[in-house]
Parts: sequence; C-alpha cells; structure tokens
Amino acid sequence: MPERVMFTMGDIACAEGALSAGARYFGGYPITPATEIAEWMSKRMPEVGGAYVQYEDEIASITSVIGASWTGVKSMTATSGPGVSLMLESVGLAVMTETPLVIVNIMRGGPSTGQPTRGQQGDIMQAKWGSHGDYQIIALTPASVQEMFDQTVQAFNLSEKFRTPVFVLADETVGHMRERLVIPDEKDLKLEYRKLPTVDPSEYLPFKADDDLVPPMGLFGSKYQFYATGLTHDERGYPSDKENVQIELVTRLNDKILKNSDQIIDLERFMLDDAKIAVISYGTPSRSAKKAIRDAREEGIKVGMLRLKTVWPFPEEQVAQLASEVDHIIVAEQNLGQVYYMVKAYASPTPVHLMAKPAGMPQLPHEILDKIKEIKSI
Amino acid sequence: MPRYEIRFGGFGGQGIVTMAVVLGEAISLVEKKECVQTQSYGPEARGGATKSELVIDDVEVDYPKVQAPDVFVAMSRAAYLEYIDGLKDDGILIIDEDLVEIEGDLPDGIKIYKIPATRIADTEIGVKQATNIVMLGALTAITGIVTPEGLKQQIVERWPRFKETNLKALELGLKAGREAVPFSA
Repeated sequence: MPERVMFTMGDIACAEGALSAGARYFGGYPITPATEIAEWMSKRMPEVGGAYVQYEDEIASITSVIGASWTGVKSMTATSGPGVSLMLESVGLAVMTETPLVIVNIMRGGPSTGQPTRGQQGDIMQAKWGSHGDYQIIALTPASVQEMFDQTVQAFNLSEKFRTPVFVLADETVGHMRERLVIPDEKDLKLEYRKLPTVDPSEYLPFKADDDLVPPMGLFGSKYQFYATGLTHDERGYPSDKENVQIELVTRLNDKILKNSDQIIDLERFMLDDAKIAVISYGTPSRSAKKAIRDAREEGIKVGMLRLKTVWPFPEEQVAQLASEVDHIIVAEQNLGQVYYMVKAYASPTPVHLMAKPAGMPQLPHEILDKIKEIKSI
Repeated sequence: MPRYEIRFGGFGGQGIVTMAVVLGEAISLVEKKECVQTQSYGPEARGGATKSELVIDDVEVDYPKVQAPDVFVAMSRAAYLEYIDGLKDDGILIIDEDLVEIEGDLPDGIKIYKIPATRIADTEIGVKQATNIVMLGALTAITGIVTPEGLKQQIVERWPRFKETNLKALELGLKAGREAVPFSA
C-alpha cells in the first residue's frame, strides 16, 4: 500500500503499525484507554486477511496470542495495567517458551482499576518484574503518535529477532492524543521475521540456540515435531530438574537480551552536548521537559535531556556515561519514581533528583523549568 | 503564528471531542500546520463534563496539552465553571448563550462572544446534532484559526452523508461569528 497520511490518535497509529509490521492476529479484551486499538483491529484485521478475536478476559487473550504466534503468525494484544496484571503469568510462559509477541499497555492510573480515563506511567516496573523468575523484557516508550506507529513496528521486529515478548508502554495521553501520522509505503519498511529451522526434522533441537543466543523456531503444524513447555527444558525441549540445565537456560534467556542490548536500546539526546543538568524522561512528560529545556536555554541555563525511547533493557552504560558528563540529573516521570531508582543505581555518585507526578496530568513545562532552576541554584 | 491554544468544554454527547478533531484534521491535513488534539472525559458515555483541546504551532508541538488557552469555547455551565480558569487575560471566550451565563470575575481584556449555536442548529437547521458545526463556524469567523474553505473541505470529506446539513450549519455559524459583537465582562 502506498504512503498514507492521517490525523489520528496514538492507539490507532499503534494498530496501524502492527498491521504494517505484518501482524495478522489480535486476541484481546477491550479496556480503557486501549479500547481504540481493539476497535480498530476488529475492523482492519479482516480487511487484511488476519483474525481478530475478542475473548472473555485477558488471560484467554494472551494465551491465544502465544498459540497464534507458534503457528507462525505475528501476534499481539493490547490492554492497560489491570489487563497486564492478569496476563503476567503468561508473559512468563512466553519468555520461557521464547514466543515472539507484542503486548501494548496504554498505561492508566493505578493501582487496581484506578483512573480508567487518566494517564500515568505506573507500570514500568510491572513490565520488568511482573512475572516470576529471572528474566529480561524489552519495553518501548513512545512519546508521539508517529512513534506509536514506528515503535510498534520496532516492537514486532525485536520480538521476532529475539523470540521474546515485547511491551509497548505508552501513557494514556500518547494513546489518546491525535497528531499527523505518516504511514510509509510497505516497501520502505524493514521487517524482521523469526529464524525458521532448516535442518532435517530428525536432527531438530527446538531450543538449541545459534551464536546470537536465539534458537530457530519450528512452528506448530510444520514438519517439525517438538515439545514447548514452561518447565525448565533442555535443547530438545524436554523438562529437566538438573541444575546445569536451569542455569544454562535462564542465563541464555537473560543474555540474549542483555548481550544484544545495543541493538535494542533507543535514546534521544536533546541539547545535551554542553549540558550541566540532564533531565531523563520518557513518554508525555518528556514533551513537557522539551519545552522546559527550550525555555531554560533562553535564560542561559545549560540543560538537556536524555529521552528514553526504550526503558528495558535499561540503558545502564548510557546513563553512567551521562552522569559523568553532568553535575545533576533530574528524572521526570508520571509516577512516584520507577525509572528514578534505575537511574540512581547507575548515575552514582552524580546526584539524581526525582520529579514525581502520580496523576493524570503530566508535569507541566513550567513546573519542570522551576525544578531545573532549583537544581541550578544548588 | 506562534503556539496557539484552543479549549472546548461541554457535556458528553454534544460533540465536544469531535469538533476539536475535525478542526485538527483541517489544520493538520488540509492546511499542513503542526497540531495536536487531546481530550479529557470521565467514565460516563453521555452527560459527563468533557474537555477537548487543540494546540497549533509553526514548529513541532512539544507539550501537547493546553496550558493557558487563547480561546475557550464553553457549551455547558459545568464546563464553563470547571475550565474557565487559565484563559489568557486577553483571550477569547465563546459561549453558547442559551446554556452558559458569565459567572464570576473575568479579566477586562477577555473578549466574550455569545453564539446561540444550539438554538441555530435546532430552529434554523432542524438538527440539534449540528450544534458543534455551527459553533466551529463561529469560532472560525471570530479567530481565523483556519480558513472557511479548509474547514469546509474536511467536514465534507469526513461526513459525506451529512454534507448538506453540515454545510448549512457551517454557513450559519460563520455568519453568527461574523455578526457577533464582542463585549467584556
């Protein structure tokens, strides 16, 4: 399809991004503020020959997405924090079985049912640590309607490349705001697809990884017969209670993300070159920060921003590097401090100041400007 | 033009979000300016207080929500009371005069326009649902934020089935806006 231009909301840009990435299965349960993704998919999926299924709840939704992905179809769901809470058991299953899929979380106020129509960024740690056991996750944090499209495409690419669930974590404002969206011609998009096995079925080891730590994925219904389980398994896929099998598997599942993090981490450096104060932010608060930084620069204050377009895997080295360049770091996020603790861990001994806002409106530009001035006066 | 902020307030069902969306489409897609539309509403499907906003700029819009509106279009008393704060001291206030009365102290510099949008839609068009298009016409005439042609093009493209009704509503709104005489509180 040739390039298209729309004035549309982030949720719909996300759905279109998924379709452009080649997603052909959506299993979900509508929830504010992610409902528009399901609604749009219910119309568009049949048009492109894909399937849209609305389930009885989020648990069925995510397990259906795992199953659909194993048949070779790029698959996704979209929900909000309360829905993710229900899906977390299966996030672990997807990690352990190395199932590529995308989970979109349009974050609203929590805990529990919280404030359905108000945004927040309270689910950053949930995405990382919500399911049990040692694992890594990939999470992208778009800040505009165009990025909702672009980063959903990227989420599918990363999920396919590394055979892992990927979160798109967008706050409600990004999900519901409307801006101009340019959907590129399909031939201009670079798309990834999981590696498929090429060996004879008799020689196939379903969980034997290549050098990139990712095993080729045999598909359900193909000539390859194998066992995929949430139990710790060896290269053949057979459950094992041996210590070395557990250590090898869990280490590889973590390493395939951590050792490839340079291919995953995506950051924007904004006016940082001569900065003495750095703001770290993501999603809508990062847009407030941009305005605040422009205003502060007019007053001669040397301040810039490291904008996180991905929060997981955490950009440890980049934050440490930044901390060595500046005198102070301010973390502005729409919660009571989540990324803040990660920044603190890697920025030490550079002082890190939290600008928290656990409510629906992000920090206002003048509030961030005041904070920058306060820090400058220290 | 530097950053320009418009706020619409009313109750769920009046088309408050829709008016900002169609205006945003005209500004973004037809006139190719930078523009972001946001909204805020409660859990109710109808009747709750609704706010919808547009930020327009020559350059990429950073902070996407309205901070101090240049224009506030108030279409219910509850929305007027809740969202009037923050309107710029030399801003424009447009009210549906049958639904909103000026209450409280407003700065002298604010220009107030009274547009009977609901009455025009009901009695002159016979379609109350066209109220928001009448109001958009008035807003366009008063502020010049979009060309009448650009808005017209987008309205026709968006709702081909209701072309006749909407264009009549737009014309009557533009006329009401041109004829409205501003006063201060």
